[in-house]
Amino acid sequence: MQKSLHIDPEKCTGCLQCEMACSYENEGVFNPSKSRIKVFTFHDEGRFVPYTCTQCDEAWCMQACPVDAIVLNFVTGAKYILNDRCVGCKVCTIACPFGTVNYNTSTGKVIKCDLCGGDPKCAEACPTGAITYIDANATGLERMRMWAAKTDTQASTHA
Amino acid sequence: MAWTKKILRVNLTDGVISAEPLNMEWAQQYLGQRGLATRYFVEEVDAQVGALSPDNKFIMATGPLTGTMASTGGRYSCITKSPLTGTIACSNSGGFFGAEMKNAGWDMIILEGKSPTPVYLYVENDQARLIPAEDLWGKSVWATDEEIHKKHQDPQIRIACVGRAAESGNLFAAVVNDLHRAAGRSGVGTVLASKNVKAVALRGTRGVGNIKDMKRFMDATFEHKKVLAANAVTGAGLPTYGTQVLMNVINELGALPTRNMREVRFEGAHSVSGEAMHEPRASDGKKNLTRNGGCFGCTIACGRISSVDRTHFSVKDKPQYWGNSGGLEYEAAWALGPDTGVDDLDALTYVNFLCNEDGIDPISFGATVAAAMELFEDGVITTEQTGGIELKFGSAEALVKIAELTARGEGFGKEIGLGSKRLCEKYGRPELSMTVKGQEFPAYDPRGIQGMGLTYATSNRGACHLRSYTVSSEVLGIPVKTDPLATDGKPELVIAFQDATAAVDSSGLCIFSTFAWSLDNIAPQIDAACEGDWSVEKCAEVGARIWQLERDFNMRAGLTAADDTLPKRLLKDAANVGPAEGKVCDLGAMLPKYYELRGWTTEGQLTPETRQRYGLPS
Repeated sequence: MQKSLHIDPEKCTGCLQCEMACSYENEGVFNPSKSRIKVFTFHDEGRFVPYTCTQCDEAWCMQACPVDAIVLNFVTGAKYILNDRCVGCKVCTIACPFGTVNYNTSTGKVIKCDLCGGDPKCAEACPTGAITYIDANATGLERMRMWAAKTDTQASTHA
Repeated sequence: MAWTKKILRVNLTDGVISAEPLNMEWAQQYLGQRGLATRYFVEEVDAQVGALSPDNKFIMATGPLTGTMASTGGRYSCITKSPLTGTIACSNSGGFFGAEMKNAGWDMIILEGKSPTPVYLYVENDQARLIPAEDLWGKSVWATDEEIHKKHQDPQIRIACVGRAAESGNLFAAVVNDLHRAAGRSGVGTVLASKNVKAVALRGTRGVGNIKDMKRFMDATFEHKKVLAANAVTGAGLPTYGTQVLMNVINELGALPTRNMREVRFEGAHSVSGEAMHEPRASDGKKNLTRNGGCFGCTIACGRISSVDRTHFSVKDKPQYWGNSGGLEYEAAWALGPDTGVDDLDALTYVNFLCNEDGIDPISFGATVAAAMELFEDGVITTEQTGGIELKFGSAEALVKIAELTARGEGFGKEIGLGSKRLCEKYGRPELSMTVKGQEFPAYDPRGIQGMGLTYATSNRGACHLRSYTVSSEVLGIPVKTDPLATDGKPELVIAFQDATAAVDSSGLCIFSTFAWSLDNIAPQIDAACEGDWSVEKCAEVGARIWQLERDFNMRAGLTAADDTLPKRLLKDAANVGPAEGKVCDLGAMLPKYYELRGWTTEGQLTPETRQRYGLPS
């Protein structure tokens, strides 16, 4: 079963444990500035929103790469960077409509979420369940359940 | 490891900035943050120094676990000599600033001397410089934060700064970081402003590494994180109600100091409680509390994010206060509410916003207003002094007006900025000041919670709940329940809490983790991260050493055993209601034993044996 990262901003407290887990997995140190997932704070509204790559099916970053350095992991569905092929031209960072591919000045390559090979560390680290890794074919299941629970069965039976 | 092993030293007088290696011998004895910075401070600063003199220094320090995966590991502390108390000041804050300092590659920043003109310190990894801040002087914390972000065109900078209160010489001004987290107590912001430093702005992209055993560290942090999530206080009570979960509990106990501590129960407590923050208001159906928020790396997320009812008198013509910002926590809600007799949740929330906006300690502010209200009620001060404000207990209008003046350092607000001790002395009624060593009390009446009486009397930074929170044991039963009205065993209890707290405050972790964690949970995380042996015993010993070092500094600064006391009101006037009815705080039954267990003379001085036992500097 292929899975997707699922983000529920309602549950996010802005603690950045996802950013630490991501940077540790990918860089070996705790470094939010190198995280592939970012939490945005909307102070006046009192909202925290984690945001990362959605792994587009028709991935524009992959299409745009002139050296085929972005490839598909057939098992996870993730589009990941081949570091030894990436030339740091940054075309993918322009092509991505969501800004989730970024250039890393210390390596001269781009970085993006690769779902940690199928075991995303951000979801593991999230203390509130704001980030989960769930069935890619049913990311709406929880929301459907929520609406289903509100259905007035009694009324419809007698309608 | 986990330390970056680097200190940034900034001489403000001559503008010279240098990097130096961390003293690792001291790190083994004092761990980091509160302990290690105090060790540096006592080495470099004469205890008799004037707090607002250029010879005083100001240290911002992280702990070895700051900026790591350890839950709640986002803390830093400001260490200096306090202008409010004349003792060592050590104020701890969360938010994201501490972790950013570590990410920029620094364990500590030491500011010394005094800049000839207003500046702010900007640090981007290895690069640090002082930038002119004449244009920021006279601006609030919030405006300064916005301006600096704009100037550097970098939304990811983390900023700690002072507001107009500190600039005006308010003696309980805070250093506020990330808009609404504060190193709040003892006037650390006043010291920073006295050095002509408006802000410290950080950007760190190097990451935090240097972990001794990364696998063991990750396993330990994940294991103990589960303990926080499963605990009733840290996993449910604090995320839902914040520290405000205590308002109704402490009121029931008859230990909620009310109207300048004349009474121990407040009839309006529920209206300003954590529960009330969840109740939809009439005007727009929204709750005071929008949601909870976490500091860096926190699994608890007790932070309150609140809004004020925009039809409320305090903000109805001020749309700039209609958005969300840092909401009421228990100590602030108590000082602004029960202690002044005000039961208006929106007024309290707005005043709390003002405290953050211009950097003042809401505890000292509320408690000083309470003292001023008693002076007003007794006719000692009148509308002539207050500039027309009817400063009566229970008046939300008066509280709001006086908060606006104090935040900006104007009018009678300048007198409130003296703090309760100096204000009451000025008007010839020193007995009305509810302070120890010049610092105002927090929200627990020591007549109803006896251990807190000893806590206040012996705290190294004046009256404070965060030096040994025996409320945990005496009220909540953590780690074991003790009788809040008993004095037996309290010296031992206070010492155990003081030592453990000093260790936690030196690690980079938040003291609120200890509602669920003991040193048994904390030591393994330190030990996996830091070189050397960090057993539970060693952590407790380091905590005790820090306590003795702070005490030694205070005695050198000129304090005496006579300063280890409480206001007469708490020692002579019995509680009028509740479980503690008829009781005073029996400090005399606890203090001699405490001195003895601490290894101090009856004059409160460290004995030579004590000094030797902890290896204190001579």
